Parts: sequence; C-alpha cells; structure tokens
Amino acid sequence: MKSEAPIYQIFIHDELLPRIRLLGETVREIARRPSALIGGVLFCAIVLTSIGFPLFYNVDPLKQDLLVRLAPPAWMDGGSWLHPLGTDNLGRDILARILYGSRISLMVGFSSVLVAELVGIILGLISGYYGGRIDDIIMRIADVFMAYPFMLLTISIIAVLGSSIFNLILVLGLSDWVTYARTVRGSVLSLKEKEFVEASRAVGTPNRVIIFRHILPNVLSPLLVLGTLRVANIIIWESGLSFLGMGAPPPAPTWGRMLAEGRIYITEAWWLVTFPGLAIMFTILSINLLGDGLRDALDPRLRNV
Amino acid sequence: MLEVHNLKKYFPVRRGWLRRIKGYVHAVDGVSFQVREGETLGLVGESGCGKSTTGRTILRLIEPTSGTVKFKGEDIFALSHDRLRVLRKEMQIIFQDPFGSLNPRLTVEKIVEEPLLTHKIGTRKERRKKIEEMLEKVGLLPEHMRRFPHEFSGGQRQRIMIARALIMNPSLIIGDEPVSALDVSVQAQILNLLARLQRDFSFSLIIISHDLSVVRYICDKVAVMYLGKVVEIGPADFLYDDPKHPYTKALISAVPVADPGLKRERIILEGDVPSPVNPPSGCRFHPRCPERMDICALEKPLPVEIREDHFVSCHHYGGCSHSARLVQNA
Repeated sequence: MKSEAPIYQIFIHDELLPRIRLLGETVREIARRPSALIGGVLFCAIVLTSIGFPLFYNVDPLKQDLLVRLAPPAWMDGGSWLHPLGTDNLGRDILARILYGSRISLMVGFSSVLVAELVGIILGLISGYYGGRIDDIIMRIADVFMAYPFMLLTISIIAVLGSSIFNLILVLGLSDWVTYARTVRGSVLSLKEKEFVEASRAVGTPNRVIIFRHILPNVLSPLLVLGTLRVANIIIWESGLSFLGMGAPPPAPTWGRMLAEGRIYITEAWWLVTFPGLAIMFTILSINLLGDGLRDALDPRLRNV
Repeated sequence: MLEVHNLKKYFPVRRGWLRRIKGYVHAVDGVSFQVREGETLGLVGESGCGKSTTGRTILRLIEPTSGTVKFKGEDIFALSHDRLRVLRKEMQIIFQDPFGSLNPRLTVEKIVEEPLLTHKIGTRKERRKKIEEMLEKVGLLPEHMRRFPHEFSGGQRQRIMIARALIMNPSLIIGDEPVSALDVSVQAQILNLLARLQRDFSFSLIIISHDLSVVRYICDKVAVMYLGKVVEIGPADFLYDDPKHPYTKALISAVPVADPGLKRERIILEGDVPSPVNPPSGCRFHPRCPERMDICALEKPLPVEIREDHFVSCHHYGGCSHSARLVQNA
C-alpha cells in the first residue's frame, strides 16, 4: 500500500470528500454574513420548535374551555400561565394553536415549493435544452398561467376539488411552477452554450446524461435561493387562503384562520390576531434573511469579494 | 487521415415575428484541406472568418450545410448516430476558455473520466489509474483529482482539458484557440506540452488561432482563412517566409518581430471585414486588397498549386477559370 488511508475513509467514501469540503465552504460563506446567520438561526429555531414542541408544551389546540374564553396573555391582569398567550373566543389556547399552525404553515410552504420546483425543473429543462416547438408550447402554457390571477385560480380549483391540505399543496405548487420553469429555462439556455457542455457532446455523451450531469447541478443553486424566498410567499398565500376560508379545512389551527377568526374581537382581545401575525412575520423574516444569505453565498461572482 | 472537401456552413438569418429567413451568414464557404497522420495544421484568420465554425463542423458539433469530411476514410456527415458515437473516441476538442470548458460542479477526476464513462471503458479502478497517469503526463499531480476547477490557474485548467482530450488516445485533436486566454509564458508551456504529447501519442492536431506566432511555433502546415474561405494553404515555413496571397502578406507583416533594428514594410489593410451575410463578389478579399485587379471583382479565384503542397487562391497566380481570362484579355 502506498500510504495509510485516513481513518475516516472507513466511514466516508473518499469521492464524497470534495463535496463535503464544498458544502463546508458554502456554509462558512453563509455564516460570514450576520443577517444570514440571524435568519438561519431563527429559522432553525422555528423549525425545531414546530417539530419538537410537544416535548415541552403539550396542550391540545382544539380543546375548548368556554369558562376562560378570551383570557388575556399571562403577564396581563386576569391572565394565567395556564394559557401563556391567552385564549380565543372559544377558550382554545393560543400558544398551542400557533405551535400547531407552524407545522401546517411550514409543511404547506415547503411541500408546495417542492411540487412547484419539481414541475418547474422538468419543464424548464425540456424547454431550455431541446428548444424549438416543445419550448414554444411550454412557454405559451406558462404565459397563460402568468396571465391568470393567481388567487382566482387557486380559489376556483380549491372550490372544485374541496379544501384539504393535500389539495392546498397541489394547487399552490401547480400555480407557482412558472417562476421556476422560466428561471431554469433561462439558466439552461446559457448553460447549453457553455464549452463544457459542448466538450461533453464532442465526447459523444447522450443528451439525457448531459442534462443530468452538466445542466441540472448548475441550475440548482439559483433554484435553492428562489425556492427559499418563495416558501415565504407560499406561507403568506396559505394564510391568505385560510383567512378566506379556502385553506386547510377546519378545525385545523392555521395562522391565517386564526387571523380571520380573531379579527372580529380585535378591539377587545388584540392577542387573538397579534400573536399569529407575529408568528407569520418572524417566519417570513427568517426565511427571507436566510434566502438572501444563500443567494450571496452561492453566487460565484460574489465569492471572495 | 482527415480530408475536408468543399465544406460549407451557412447560418440562416431570421427576421420579423414570422422568423422568416432573410439571408445567410456564409460562415464557412467551400473550405478544403487535408491533415495527414501526426501532422499539425494551423487555421488562422481574423475573428469571424469561420475558423471555429470549421473546427466544430469537422467534429459535427455543428451540422454542415454541405461538403464532406472524411476521417480515416469514413464520411463523418453520412454516419449513423451510433457509428458517430464510436468515432467520437478518435476525435477531441480543446477550447479557448479554460473557465468555461470545465464544469464547475465536477471534480477533476470526474471531468477527465467522462470520456471513459461515456464509452464504458474499464472498471472503476482501471479508470482511476488511467486518470492518474494522464494527469501526470500533462504535468499535474494525482492528488489534484479531488479538486474542483476553480482551485486551478488558467494554465492548469488547460492541462486538465488536455488530459481529458487525450485519455481516449484519439488520433485527431482540434484546439480551438487553445492558448489565447493564457499569459504568454504559460502559452509557451502549454504549446510545448502539446508538442511533446503529440510526439508521444502521435495524433494529428488542428490548431485554430488568430495568433500567427503561436501557429508558426507548433504547426507543420498553415491554412489562412478570410471570410469563410481558405485563401492560402501551405507548409508553415514557405508561408511565413514567402507569403503569396496579399492577405497573408498583410497578416505576416503585422506579426511583431523581436528586433528593434529591423525595418519592415507594414501592409496596412483599409476598411473592415465585409459582412459574411452579403460577401463581396469575385474574390472575397478584393475590396481591401492592395493589389487588386479588374478581374478580382468578377471572378472567384481558384486554388493554384504554386509549389508542392502550397496552394493560393489569387488571380495574381492564375487562379481564374478560362472564361475569366478571356474577359481580361478582351
């Protein structure tokens, strides 16, 4: 044997090492930016809380207690630590509802973006790489989607399919694919003229291999950034749809529905709308900060500047 | 080994919302030449004269409009898809831009390995061994395999590209401006490397360049292109020491010489290169030619062999057909 293999090679195949190194560089790059770091930490905290909250706050968000309806937050007169953020008009615990709502919001947000990205990537790759008639067809369909008011589209589809979380994800995802498809198509158009693609063709590599080996990995980083930023949008849309009664079916506690139901009591019990509103705001803020940081870290033109 | 005959590539120019064809860019317009085994041909000319298009069409990266390219006796444009893929093992290309020619997301190993993977050659271990050998041959280290292209300098990237091109042991390599993006000192290293590898592996080389000194340094034979046509082709020494075509003369006179005392006559061409959409009649060069005659605007000059292997397309050397000569006499 030429040299002793390092001990970690037992666990990690050595071809993976360069990738891990690159990932490490990117993470360090993100961490260098204070706003991205704050966003990242906040976002991780939100995600961890939404996953792990039953461990430290296991309260049924649906349990009604009409004796303590509209109880104020704990630190106000008449509040109690039984309901730290107070209760709503049916006596349900607001903190528990927000925590459960975070699961729905995050799940809908990420799943919808995933659906949209999947559709967008496939159509964008085909459209950009093969061009010609297929490109025209896909792009005209995209134009139709863009010309159609998004809310109207979503509401009409939900009205037909009925509201469930699955339908919500599907609808939000399918109405948002255009952005991704166009982004991917644009990147593919410039990538396929790149010399490494031509070099690969010169070797005789088949088109589908070129797409997966050379094109796809190079369109992913702008998509990651775009996707992160769109998660925030989708969460707002989901809240909007819930507010209109088109979101996840009742009695699921979503942030949007909490706003809708609480707005009637806004003068006497401000905490009904304030806390879900703050939850939406902080989630969006953290995602946007993280997304901006990702964009800066992944954009090679800004690297090491 | 490589025979290019009357190669033409016209790119359609589309205008308007119906995208109707309004004309053609005559990028390559009837180019013919031959490359023998182990020979190095230089393809020189101004930017836009069709040298890169010629190179890419030979590899069928661009479909030709007409003409034939015979590689080891096989007509490349008539080949089936599968046969062409097999033949691609034998032909490789090296690009100008060492930043654009390597996929930033792949390690050097993956980049160099790709030809082997595509043609399903060897086991994983054998491939890795071959890659290591190849990297050493081009002056890189085996541990460079694990790095990404952005960790290398321009010259090193070009070495990676050369390793990749050579790993299939091809018999033809086309270098499309292989050193123009590099520093002059690095240019020399890369050219020397190419020359050494050519001796070791005995492949034929086509160097496409706008830099005449680069071409002279490495090439046996030089073809000078102007507006999609080869105006002069011949052994490098003849062509440099005694250029015949007025365009070649002008080009050669513009090459800097490292001798401040030397007085030379500089031939300065007037005007710009005409549009290849609507090329000049007769000889393509006649509007700018300092030695033009009446016939030049009327008749296309044909290549004339003025010495062994040295062809010139110019009316000064009799490159006109019989009818044209009659017009001139009348």
